[in-house]
Amino acid sequence: MKIKREPMKRISKNSNFIAGAVLTGLILLFIIIGCIHTPYDPEAMDGAGRFAGISWRHPMGCDNFGRDILSRVMTGAGTTLGVAFATVAIGAFFGVIWGAFAGYYGGLLDEIFMRAADAMLAFPSILLALMIIGLFGPGKYNVILALGIAFVPSFARIVRSEFIRCKNMDYVRSARLMGAGNLRIMFVHILPNAFPVILSSVLIGFNNAVLAEAGMNYLGIGVMPPDASLGRMLSEAQTYIFSAPGYAIFPGIVLILMILGFSLLGEGVRDN
Amino acid sequence: MEEKEIILKVQDLNIEFHDHLIPETVVYDFNLTLKAGEIVGLVGESGSGKSMSALAVAGLLRRHDMKKTGQILFDGVDLLNCDRKVLRKFQGKEIGMVFQEPMTSLNPVKKIGWQVEESLRIHTQLNKEERYRRVIEALENVELQDPERIVRQYPHELSGGMRQRVMIAAAMICKPRLLIADEPTTALDVTIQAQIVKLLKRLNREEGTAVLFISHDLSLVKRLCSRILVMKSGYVVESGETQQIFYHPGDAYTKKLIEAIPAYEKR
Repeated sequence: MKIKREPMKRISKNSNFIAGAVLTGLILLFIIIGCIHTPYDPEAMDGAGRFAGISWRHPMGCDNFGRDILSRVMTGAGTTLGVAFATVAIGAFFGVIWGAFAGYYGGLLDEIFMRAADAMLAFPSILLALMIIGLFGPGKYNVILALGIAFVPSFARIVRSEFIRCKNMDYVRSARLMGAGNLRIMFVHILPNAFPVILSSVLIGFNNAVLAEAGMNYLGIGVMPPDASLGRMLSEAQTYIFSAPGYAIFPGIVLILMILGFSLLGEGVRDN
Repeated sequence: MEEKEIILKVQDLNIEFHDHLIPETVVYDFNLTLKAGEIVGLVGESGSGKSMSALAVAGLLRRHDMKKTGQILFDGVDLLNCDRKVLRKFQGKEIGMVFQEPMTSLNPVKKIGWQVEESLRIHTQLNKEERYRRVIEALENVELQDPERIVRQYPHELSGGMRQRVMIAAAMICKPRLLIADEPTTALDVTIQAQIVKLLKRLNREEGTAVLFISHDLSLVKRLCSRILVMKSGYVVESGETQQIFYHPGDAYTKKLIEAIPAYEKR
């Protein structure tokens, strides 16, 4: 049996976890500051300041409407993160329920649930999301709904395999013997045992959600202008990539750091 | 001996697996009566069907890929064919069970206290303080030192013997009338085995709980049980009073089992 070390000691030796936590913390701090205060109004246009370069007044320069890019990155990163968070929450919530029933009951129910999940996974998730957007129309909340639905089957698979692993354990048998009902066994006795796996897949799912959100906005079906989001900024920036490279570079860097932070955190949790 | 109330009566139990192409019967015509406060031993080699019979009594063989015939009457209710809801009222409250492997029979992510009081949470309306008091009482009753500390610990912090005591405490907390012990000592070393057997005997005497003790260790069964059933490949080959079976075994297989006990222990 593996000897368990003190949790704090384990974490302090886990360089992935620390790097991820620091990076994520910095990004979160950046976003939180953006919610309270931005140097300029992110939507205020200034004709004279079009494509202003990097300066003390505009650390990241200005875009084609003369809007301050730093201010827009600050609010845009918040939007992106919020959409990603809501997406993963929807995907994980329904995925856990779906996978729990499939894994616990097995048999025909499992077969039906998992084949349905396979059918959904067979479509690329962006395509699936595009279909849903096509049905409900574009907008931030529809993007959340569409990506959330697209994320459900992958969570369902992970949770199902954990439930299959746990359901024949002796402690589940003894819980049943104590008179616990199926729902109680599933969500009170087994689910906590699946938490480590769910947590690391939530963090990985976060990355995919950030990327997918950026992708959807890049296609122009997410956040509506003039609201900022990292993906939308990138798509707007590509027209001016040579006249104002900073417009594409800074949102890109923030996006990369955000994803890197969550990836490292996910790795760290899995190693722990 | 005074006549005691019969609490468990198993009649003509047959268990047949249907999960392969050819059906396989693992228990044939199993009969058992258990009186209140009695300790009955169920012995036999691995694969003789003793655990299957016990699981059936506990209502844990509720899968659809097996065929079960016969009756398991507990208090006059047929546990084999009753509704799941009815069965659940008995499980934990009237019937408790301890498994062979104390390492895996406790949930690794829950504290000991939480696991011991689970039956109380399901079957009674007691509030938190009352449950806590009962848990401490139950842990003291299975002779665990420092129960206030143990309730806050996780299973991996306890030794095998301590975990088995915790399991017994969890199974006994609702004061069931029947405790099924499925090889509770097999995974433990000899000195701890003796302690657990002593503990079961004491609980049986003090609480009046009937015990169905499953083991392949005849010398343990001899020390603990008043009656014995010997099983081999699905059949009960012999049953009767412990003394009679030990000194006048009727079946060739029973004789072999008794011969297999080291000479020192036989005295």
